[in-house]
Amino acid sequence: MEYFLQQLVNGVTLGSIYGLIAIGYTMVYGIIGMINFAHGDIFMISAFIALITFLALAALGITMLPLVLVIMFVVAMVFTGIWGWAVERTAYRPLRGSFRLAPLISAIGMSIALQNFVQLTQDARVKPLAPQIQGGITLMEGANENGAIVVQLSYMQMFIIAVTVVLMTVFSLLVSRTRLGRAQRACEQDQKMARLLGVDTNRTIAITFISGAGLAAVAGTMFLLYYGVIDFYIGFLAGIKAFTAAVLGGIGSLPGAMLGGLLIGLIEVFWSAYFSVEYKDVAAFSILAIVLIFLPSGLLGKPEVEKV
Amino acid sequence: MAGDVSPGRFASAMKDAVITTVIAAALFFFLVAYKTTLVTGIGLVLEQRWDRYLWLLVAVFVLRFSWLMLTGGRVRAPKSKVTITPRGDVMRYAGIALLLLGIALPFIITATAGRGQRLYLDLSILIMTYVMLGWGLNIVVGLAGLLDLGYVAFYAVGAYSFALLAQYTGLGFWACLPVAGILAGFWGMILGFPVLRLRGDYLAIVTLAFGEIIRVVLLNWYSFTNGPNGISNIPKPTLFGIDFGRGEGNFADVFGLDYSSSHRLIFLYYIIFILALVTNWVTMRLRRLPVGRAWEALREDEIACRSLGINTTNTKLTAFATGAMFGGFAGSFFATRQGFISPESFTFIESAIILAIVVLGGMGSQIGVVIASVVMIGGIEMLRNLDLLKSVLGDNFDPNQYRMLIFGLAMVVIMVWRPRGLISSRTPSIALKKRKRIGADMVAQGEGH
Repeated sequence: MEYFLQQLVNGVTLGSIYGLIAIGYTMVYGIIGMINFAHGDIFMISAFIALITFLALAALGITMLPLVLVIMFVVAMVFTGIWGWAVERTAYRPLRGSFRLAPLISAIGMSIALQNFVQLTQDARVKPLAPQIQGGITLMEGANENGAIVVQLSYMQMFIIAVTVVLMTVFSLLVSRTRLGRAQRACEQDQKMARLLGVDTNRTIAITFISGAGLAAVAGTMFLLYYGVIDFYIGFLAGIKAFTAAVLGGIGSLPGAMLGGLLIGLIEVFWSAYFSVEYKDVAAFSILAIVLIFLPSGLLGKPEVEKV
Repeated sequence: MAGDVSPGRFASAMKDAVITTVIAAALFFFLVAYKTTLVTGIGLVLEQRWDRYLWLLVAVFVLRFSWLMLTGGRVRAPKSKVTITPRGDVMRYAGIALLLLGIALPFIITATAGRGQRLYLDLSILIMTYVMLGWGLNIVVGLAGLLDLGYVAFYAVGAYSFALLAQYTGLGFWACLPVAGILAGFWGMILGFPVLRLRGDYLAIVTLAFGEIIRVVLLNWYSFTNGPNGISNIPKPTLFGIDFGRGEGNFADVFGLDYSSSHRLIFLYYIIFILALVTNWVTMRLRRLPVGRAWEALREDEIACRSLGINTTNTKLTAFATGAMFGGFAGSFFATRQGFISPESFTFIESAIILAIVVLGGMGSQIGVVIASVVMIGGIEMLRNLDLLKSVLGDNFDPNQYRMLIFGLAMVVIMVWRPRGLISSRTPSIALKKRKRIGADMVAQGEGH
């Protein structure tokens, strides 16, 4: 029971990170109907930006933890947002209105290029970061044949879950209440009509990419703080799992992305805990295939009806 | 165009270039100006590289500015129109010329390259392998319009089937080749079944997932596949039982030639050349058969297809199985050429490269695949030995590191420049009365619905 609870806590933490990345996928897919394959690598870049910011701050002698964290998050979000915008502007916008496969191929190329760019400039070795937020609270204590088992909720995990909840709330309000959110939803339904009614679709799409990248940056920074190791390749697997999460929750739906992220995080953690660590990726991928086959519109998505 | 340099244009190009440079400055600030280096005993240290950063920005500015001044910022190639040309035009002669060149290539290389011939022979074999893979994938993507991002899975199945069969039963290359192809085709069917109802992007992601699943299984199933250590000592192919080693009874001895290690390479080249030709020939024939027509109809419109009584399930499965089978053949060739395989060789990047070749060549175009393989694989491999760049950028510059970066960027650039690929017109497989070439804009390629 204690073991189960501990895995639950770990799964929710991991799921929050996946959920934040998944929002980037789901929004872009919702608005222009393409899989932004390079999104995982945007996440990876954000983790590097956060790491370099941290080291630069340390070199400047700023060590007050809350201040450092705030600066890390803000810098990572801003600069990753610029990356998201630049990728959209150079690789996807010229292809709008082209045949459907073209942006996907371009995105795959972008993903390869970004990975290798970071590998070139930052070398291929893993980058460690000592844990910054330490300690935690004990939720429960129990015993089994191996001794005492403690269910621990670390401050880091609390921090991740809290940040995710706050961001999700703010973001949902942004999409449902503001002018920008309305423009976004209008573009999602019918781009041509939205344009006729005076919505600047190019700008709206660009903002979608920027905000997706911003959320990925939060996820990337938290990934760095939580796991303490990053390399240029973390974007690929995280990206595919986040995409799985978006599909599982129903692509195009924001709460769906979060729900999907939580489920994928939980499945991955429980699979590793009770079956085998080696095959945890197989579990995630199999879930993706099974969901798409039996529930193509996801848990919270609207079913897609093909009209002739 | 280029002569028209008005002051207004200069000013706007200047302004645009400055903005681009400012954005580039923001993009590269963290990742280029600073480098994180791991120092033993201390941990991560930041290294500053302002010189590189500034040079990069200057390059961005100059490139953007001259680009705008020269072209006025137009990126896209002009839209291809429906062109009507007589049958048996340039493409056919180009095909014959390429075929003859393919046959003569090893001799040209041995005659001209001298000491460096092994390198060029190896490169030709590599390019030919990708041509074959491209043609195999073209059946799935170009003809049936099913976007497959996990093609490398079948390549892996082919390679491992041969390697494991050779290890456990001691059979040779030629006995295992058909078995490997059939097994890969069988896997194509197994993996094809669940994805039948999926369309477009979803199909792409699920096939990608399958590719990764197969790789992870190969990596972790130690008792059977030897895990990450891979399988070594895979037998080399023989010519009707004649081996290509040194000594009595071997190739050089039997034919009375001086022993040369190039003989084996030339032999390997012809094996993959013939395998690739078989792939091409089968594809061209299948396109004219009912099943091939059904593939193309499926690519154009699945609903219309179904309402005309075509069994879409079988059509998709045959496309998957046929493409997978050729992937399997290529895989067992890969295994025998390398003599060693491990799951490392079958990562997603391979699938991406093969798909890039098919798409960049112009989907459904057989010659396009050849051109794209030569350009992408040959061009990238050539980067390895560019001493010119080294003399410009200093001895520390290793062009090899930039291979995949350039590869990725090339994919983006070619897509933006010509979204329909290099060869963007094609002859329909069947035509009423007169044959015409049509622009690729007319065909709904690879949309998978």
